Amino acid sequence: MQTCGHRLVMVMRVGEARWIAFHLWWWHNWKLNKSPQNPPRGQGPGDTWPGTQDSCAGTQDTGLRSQDPGLKTQDSVSHSVPVMSTNFTTGRLLHNNFYKDLEKQFSAARDKVKDALPGSQWTPFEVNPDLPPERADIVVVGGGVVGWSIAYWLKKKERVRDGVKVIVVEKDPTYSQASTVLSAGGIRQQFSLRENIQLSLASADFMRNINEHLGVLDQDPVDLQFNHSGYLFLASEGLAHIMEDNYSMQRAAGANVSLLSPRKLKEMFPWINTDGVALASYGLENEGWFDPWALLNAFRTKAMSMGVIQSVGEVTGFDCSVNRMDTVDGETVDVKRIKHIDIRMPNSLQYQRVECAIVVNAAGAFSAKLVDMIGIGAGAKDTLAGLSLPVEPRKRFIYVIHCPDGPGLDCPLLVDCSGIFFRREGLGGKYITGTSPEEGEEPDVSNLEVDEEFFREKIWPSLAHRIPAFESLKVTNAWGGFYDYNSFDQNGVVGTHPLLPNMYFATGFSGHGLQHAPATGRAVAELILDGDYQTLDLTRLGFERILSREPMRERNIV
Amino acid sequence: MAAPLMSLQRCCKQASLHLCVRRRLWSGSAATPPSVYKRLLLALTQRFYDVEFLLNWRSQLKSKALKKKNAYYHFTKEQYGENIASAYFVLNMKGAFRYAGQSEWFRSDSRGKFSWDFVNHKDSALEEVDMSHTVINQIGLANLVGNPLRTLTLRGCHEVDDWALARLHVFQDTLEELDISYCPHITIGGLAALRNLKGLRRLNVSSLPRLSSPGLVIILLEEMLPRCQVTAMGYDLSFTQVGGNEEEEGRELRGR
Repeated sequence: MQTCGHRLVMVMRVGEARWIAFHLWWWHNWKLNKSPQNPPRGQGPGDTWPGTQDSCAGTQDTGLRSQDPGLKTQDSVSHSVPVMSTNFTTGRLLHNNFYKDLEKQFSAARDKVKDALPGSQWTPFEVNPDLPPERADIVVVGGGVVGWSIAYWLKKKERVRDGVKVIVVEKDPTYSQASTVLSAGGIRQQFSLRENIQLSLASADFMRNINEHLGVLDQDPVDLQFNHSGYLFLASEGLAHIMEDNYSMQRAAGANVSLLSPRKLKEMFPWINTDGVALASYGLENEGWFDPWALLNAFRTKAMSMGVIQSVGEVTGFDCSVNRMDTVDGETVDVKRIKHIDIRMPNSLQYQRVECAIVVNAAGAFSAKLVDMIGIGAGAKDTLAGLSLPVEPRKRFIYVIHCPDGPGLDCPLLVDCSGIFFRREGLGGKYITGTSPEEGEEPDVSNLEVDEEFFREKIWPSLAHRIPAFESLKVTNAWGGFYDYNSFDQNGVVGTHPLLPNMYFATGFSGHGLQHAPATGRAVAELILDGDYQTLDLTRLGFERILSREPMRERNIV
Repeated sequence: MAAPLMSLQRCCKQASLHLCVRRRLWSGSAATPPSVYKRLLLALTQRFYDVEFLLNWRSQLKSKALKKKNAYYHFTKEQYGENIASAYFVLNMKGAFRYAGQSEWFRSDSRGKFSWDFVNHKDSALEEVDMSHTVINQIGLANLVGNPLRTLTLRGCHEVDDWALARLHVFQDTLEELDISYCPHITIGGLAALRNLKGLRRLNVSSLPRLSSPGLVIILLEEMLPRCQVTAMGYDLSFTQVGGNEEEEGRELRGR
């Protein structure tokens, strides 16, 4: 080929050779511009007109030809690498733009053809990309710490990759009214119900190894800012026996708690006024407080890294199939099975109908709204049809106070006989305090406005009586948050409703949802995926107790 | 193994850069093909999820190995008694200890070898334990429970964190000296757990990197444990002007 080409060039006239050389060079240049890497290689401007070179000479190409081995042409007639980008002539640019655009047009046309053929994702309608998917296995309603904990454990327990498709629906991504982030963040084992103690212990174990559970590769380790300061409960004369019973129950369940006499109490915490205190119960291990937002975020990040889909929207309706059945007592009931759930986008009327197999109600203070939407609990009292979810929002206040002479680093979360609690916040002499109002004086739940009078009338007197240093203090901040208050017995409701077999409830914890969240998530995931509780048996916290009117109340002094 | 995998992670994050690298390498003006090692790295950049799985596996194996090292010496306790089990644990972790009533320290050398003389003292309990620069963590502390420890040194232990400090309350009656300097995972939340150690006389909290305001923490610790002498070296406790000009007063407070 090479000798042939040489002979060819020698035979032709110079003008024709020049014409051929120009076209070959121009084609080669077009191929060069096609490649993404287009740096000028070695040549200065304006010296690449082939007429200025010896076109009969065999100057070596500098290897770009090796990119396209299929286009082997005219090895004999070679050119040095031309420089397009610094070329100042006009004629050639026009040609090259045309062919560059042609190449782009061809690739655009190729893409259009590919889209038009079946199997592509293109649709002629504009679809809102924020809509949740049309179909899912499990929809968790409520993006608080309980909801994300359930989502995480569902993904953790699935036995095949992508075994369950989980969506978590949260109506407010700013969490402005969510109970999780507004809570004081304490965790304790000092309960009187065995299930509660076990839930707290399991959650503390989870948080002990939190990086092992919720650590994501290449991201910062999870920092809960856990303060291991313990809880200190004070009991007056008449209620000391309850505290002793609780103590033996806690010890039996494995909690590390100690009882203190008033003298020992004064020795350990000299800033307490032990007037009226008969007995104190102090947690030695696994008790304290932490940052609830850190836990929520850790659950969320890990769950999303495992494939849980987050959807921002509000649940506006359900579509159920109804089965009319008779109970053993002869009562005719409608057993509903959820088929679809309608999720409406924020600030819009657009909604997505999600077909799902299981719905988890982790909506916290707003759980009863979901149940009302389906129409459960509207029947006569004391019948199966009249069994509703007794969870309602109750507003609780937290006040931040500043007292430079207050208790120091050893300050636990103190819960007084009168019901007030307080704990240290940071190192600058700030404390967080609050209490539960009397039964008849519940504040209005339509907003989260804080009542200043409440602190002055209900909290400060008892606080100053118990800790003399708090006689002079200043309220620097305050906020309100909702308890998902179970008006039946102030303990969580976990499990299914008898008339709604595919909605799993995990709500109504009345102020200790956060500290039980990791263990509750695991329990609900076991219920859904394994069919029954495996590690902790929470059957006593199901709907049975509400149906049979047997409250599982906490025998706390508070 | 760590260094190539770290560079690999950086590769995975900048995929386009490596595509360019590949083209530049193969566009041949240098005319030398890339080495086997480089070609391996470039091949792995195309397999992100496999590499992620391998790295996850590696960290899981590490934490499993750590747990195994810190496991409860149940069998030894049953066969030889509590004290021997604790002593064996300390020596296996490359620590050192001293029996109560004796002045001789039992140590293991840097290769983990130790003499078996300690089994002769079956009834002596451990009094001083030095676990500096070992991998003891909160689970491993369960092996030391039951000994009336007076001195515990946990200097430079990377696995000792706040939860481990919360477990120290079992020594609250006997512990007199505690050294937790240079432990990178201890924060103020764990130091609050030391309130139970009412018998503590000497506490060393030097160079804890996660303390944000060390001066204040030292003062609060001294208030919390009035009979304890707190040593805190390695902190810059100079005062800076708040607002206005940024002159430092340059007064350095060094702990006792």
